Amino acid sequence: MPETTSSGDGPQEGVQIDLISGERMAGKTSMEKIRLILDGVRDGNIVVLESGLTPDEESKLIEVTMSEINPDGFSGIEIESFPQDQASDTSLLGRLMGKQETSKLTVIGPANQIQSLHKDETLISALISRK
Amino acid sequence: MGLFAELRDSVSRVTASLFADDSEPKRIGIYGPPNAGKTTLANRIARDWTGDAVGPESHIPHETRRARRKEDVEIKRNGKTVNIDIVDTPGVTTKVDYSEFLDHDMEKDEAVRRSREATEGVAEAMHWLREDVDGVIYVLDATEDPFTQVNTMLIGIIESRELPVLILANKTDLEDANIQRVSNAFPQHETIPLSALEGDNMDEVYEQIAKYFG
Ligand SMILES: Nc1nc2c(ncn2[C@@H]2O[C@H](COP(=O)(O)OP(=O)(O)O)[C@@H](O)[C@H]2O)c(=O)[nH]1
Ligand SMILES: [Mg+2]
Repeated sequence: MPETTSSGDGPQEGVQIDLISGERMAGKTSMEKIRLILDGVRDGNIVVLESGLTPDEESKLIEVTMSEINPDGFSGIEIESFPQDQASDTSLLGRLMGKQETSKLTVIGPANQIQSLHKDETLISALISRK
Repeated sequence: MGLFAELRDSVSRVTASLFADDSEPKRIGIYGPPNAGKTTLANRIARDWTGDAVGPESHIPHETRRARRKEDVEIKRNGKTVNIDIVDTPGVTTKVDYSEFLDHDMEKDEAVRRSREATEGVAEAMHWLREDVDGVIYVLDATEDPFTQVNTMLIGIIESRELPVLILANKTDLEDANIQRVSNAFPQHETIPLSALEGDNMDEVYEQIAKYFG
């Protein structure tokens, strides 16, 4: 049976996964990062950040997500990340260097497409449905 | 005129800081996931110390869609008096689906309206957390798994702002309540068990509020 449900706003029917390197995020402002994430997620993509967001950026991400939710399209995000590495987080050198971000792999996707997102210490597992 | 305005400003700043201790109540935000019992707790605190309530409690998620404030609540414990403004916030979440409201027998228009209010309320609560609160009471339903992404993120945000925080393990009247699991999840913070509904262990809650936010 041929699939005829192509949604019109994108050629692909699969799920696109964007793996964004820490390097690519490094030069961006908080709002640029959030925009990049939400643009991807609103297109139906799964966004994986090599090095996650700072707490401040996470709180802004929630705030902006809330302001963009609308009943006919976007119902928000699912997000999971590995816990902050305690050792590197509190290292004296890290603090001296004013380093806030430690590597923290983060997975973000559209809430209406992620059927489940589970995590344990070392594994994040996402079950995704097509658009 | 510029100089005068500046002078006036700095004079009022000095007087403000001189009297800061007694006159300015601390703004304490009650945060936590939906249905943890935040409003039940806010109402109990307000009733115990002022005589009236803050807002309706409900099993419908997002019943508290806009933050509600109860100002100048004076709590006295062990000779210590603290003045706080209690801000009851909507439960923090990363998603709101209006169809959840339809499940609670609502018309579509009403469901859409409520979900819009809910998202605005959460956005506002997040904004305040960055700008406008002096301390946080983080309420968890002790029958639920505390290791969620939202809890971890929120506690991380609170810590990064260096706000004093008390973790409350609520609903201890229920058999499934697991207080240990809550204190294991956030060992760096004080966890206080309570039943906001039954009023169990409120003495300790007030003692810790006076200690942490006084
Ligand atoms: N058994 C029990 N139920 C509670 C307790 N605190 C709140 N609840 C119930 O949990 C539901 C959600 O409470 P509410 O205060 O509205 O939660 P909020 O969404 O965090 O503001 C309501 O049905 C409350 O009656 C408690 O200590 N024990
Ligand atoms: Mg409430």
